[in-house]
Amino acid sequence: MNEIIPRLFNEHGLVASFALVGIVMWISYQISKHLTFGRIHGSAIAIVLGLILAYFGGLATGGKTGIADIPLFAGMGLLGGAMLRDFAIVATAFEVDVAEAKKAGLLGAIALALGTVLPFIFGAGVAFAFGYTDSVSITTIGAGAITYIVGPVTGSALGASSPVMALSIATGVFKAVLVMTGTPFVARSIGLNDARSAMAFGGLMGTVSGVTGGLAATDPKLVPYGALTATFHSGLGCLVAPSLLYFAVRAIMGA
Amino acid sequence: MTIYGVALLAICTLLGALLGDVLGVGLGVKTNVGGVGIAMMLLMAGRIWLMRKGALTHGLKLGIEFWAALYIPIVVAMAATQNVVAAVSGGPVVLIAGAGGVAICLAATALLIRFSRPPIARHNRAQEAHAARVISGAAE
Repeated sequence: MNEIIPRLFNEHGLVASFALVGIVMWISYQISKHLTFGRIHGSAIAIVLGLILAYFGGLATGGKTGIADIPLFAGMGLLGGAMLRDFAIVATAFEVDVAEAKKAGLLGAIALALGTVLPFIFGAGVAFAFGYTDSVSITTIGAGAITYIVGPVTGSALGASSPVMALSIATGVFKAVLVMTGTPFVARSIGLNDARSAMAFGGLMGTVSGVTGGLAATDPKLVPYGALTATFHSGLGCLVAPSLLYFAVRAIMGA
Repeated sequence: MTIYGVALLAICTLLGALLGDVLGVGLGVKTNVGGVGIAMMLLMAGRIWLMRKGALTHGLKLGIEFWAALYIPIVVAMAATQNVVAAVSGGPVVLIAGAGGVAICLAATALLIRFSRPPIARHNRAQEAHAARVISGAAE
């Protein structure tokens, strides 16, 4: 048995990783439902569990690719690699209905622009304050402050190091969790009570899981409006972070 | 056929990556410039084109929607293969960048809502509520 199982996992690396991720997703959705009463979305918990697995994988082996350093789970490297990730992210654009987008109009466009640039500037500033001086790392961490998708997409387009990518993902996930849990508490004070305000909110906060979770806890009628603008957020971020925003950082940092 | 959808997605992804690389070379940087974003726009354009031609079949949609549905699990796998040990030693960047980003965006949301709300909107509440029901599928 001690030889058969590792060989089985080795020969079926990608298939084994489907099974492992499926189990992680199931555990996460159970935690979401029973321990947080749906307040924190299962997807956010799953990503945090993924980061925790990577932490213990790294501790156990001293390697650099998280749980994929354990030979048994090497297939995770393929499933979580840049190729399938970009493929799946591009697929999400298929759900976007352009006619719907026009409903969001100017307000949605302004919210999206601000929601991309403001967190980027802040995240990039924090990265600089913590001693990152190369444009690639600063841009990647700033992009993570946009969403946990924009961060790693930007990082791998620019060739950022894995620790910086991990920071970038974790920043985006932390943001999503804050939006999910915090929205009901601030809804009244920021004037979040109708379709227009929900569209502004969705465009500015970005993270679809955060926005839909937060709005559902505030007022379920607002969810489709928030989701409408939020769905454009990652696409816009993936377009401008590794291009315009990176060039802006390079121009400021000089390299 | 389902494979048509998967193939369309693959072609858009490859074209996006190619254009991103070409853009990177043209701009004199050694990186891919917005390839994923370009691919997403190509796919959205492809969807509109197929819809106009009436060729947006169930099978074709399935081939793309399957991968869209796998996107969170793939992100989980990606998270599980990062160098988190090194990132943790990087200090509280995550907490500060995440919380600060959220605070700034909430403040901007509050300002945008305040300045964008025309006086007439107050009378349209009933209409908006109806629209909300329509979109969420509760009314015709």
